[in-house]
Amino acid sequence: MRVYLELFIEFFQIGLFAIGGGPATIPFLMDIPKRHDWYKVSDVANMLAVSESTPGPIGINMATYAGYNAAGILGGIVATFSLVLPSLIVIILIAKLLDNFSKNKYVQGSFGLIRPAVTGLIATAVYGIFQTALFYDTEGKFQIPVVLLVVVAVYFALMNVKFLKKLHPAFWIFCGAVMGIVFKM
Amino acid sequence: MRELFELYAAFFRIGGLTFGGGLTMLPMLKHELVTKKNWVKEDDLLDYYAIGQCTPGIIAVNVSTFVGYKKRGIIGAIFSTFGMISPSLIIVSIIALFLSGFMSNPYVAHAVGGIKIVVCALMLNTVITMGKKTIKNVLGAVICILAFLIAMLTPVPTVAIVIVAGVLGVLLTKFDKREESR
Repeated sequence: MRVYLELFIEFFQIGLFAIGGGPATIPFLMDIPKRHDWYKVSDVANMLAVSESTPGPIGINMATYAGYNAAGILGGIVATFSLVLPSLIVIILIAKLLDNFSKNKYVQGSFGLIRPAVTGLIATAVYGIFQTALFYDTEGKFQIPVVLLVVVAVYFALMNVKFLKKLHPAFWIFCGAVMGIVFKM
Repeated sequence: MRELFELYAAFFRIGGLTFGGGLTMLPMLKHELVTKKNWVKEDDLLDYYAIGQCTPGIIAVNVSTFVGYKKRGIIGAIFSTFGMISPSLIIVSIIALFLSGFMSNPYVAHAVGGIKIVVCALMLNTVITMGKKTIKNVLGAVICILAFLIAMLTPVPTVAIVIVAGVLGVLLTKFDKREESR
């Protein structure tokens, strides 16, 4: 029983203090082995690899995996719920506040500039993914960038066809998985 | 009740079909929430992202909590958040339980390699449509490019960039008469 309480305390803290999403939880996860023997610091890289290649938010996947290592399936559930609890509380409070202030001209003014800034930030994420997809294959070796450029070009050509626009992104992701296996990417 | 279940199901799909977490989830969120269900506007989605980035916790979870709350209040927030985390709980537990060699499986690795490339195309598409909506004047374009460059070239945390952009927006509203008369 004690391990679940400890999981709750550790992951609630991470959820409360890790600002900036999944990657921000990594330093906290590296810190946990100092206090508990749930996993080793060297396991964190492995946790990250599994989390990145399974669906879902990376931070959630890592919490589930770490919790599982500590105390089995129930441990994974406890860790994950503890991680999202602070978000639930904080976001609900902010959403309530925003309801009252969304007509305020200062709030509107600040979001007027925050939106383009966030667009720029998202563009950096795109660049980051481009880099890993473009330059390294699964063995960490250089991969032919032409493949990617062709895929992007074809995708945009297809996007001009109306009915293809309505397709679920998951369809393209599935195509990508098949393509990856066929061409050993 | 039916709407709560729909919230849960929509976020379950989003969580279960995205690889790479937070930001790569954007094309999926846009498709499910804006295009398909028309639950939120594209601008709102970006605001939730901005807030999700400056508040504690996983960004994807923050966004789902936000959308759920907007739709159906606190209970809606809980349903969409649980929808978002359910696939992770199930899939990661199964992998941890049965597949110790999951990562070294060549098929998994190749599939992930292919998925990454598709995610690039999806993300690029999303950023371009987002840019068209969010950049309304020269100032917006400057801010967007500055945010991109600062995040790329300096170790300044993204939280700081979002906050500075917000403060600038407030200051502009305060001192710009034209904005005021709007």
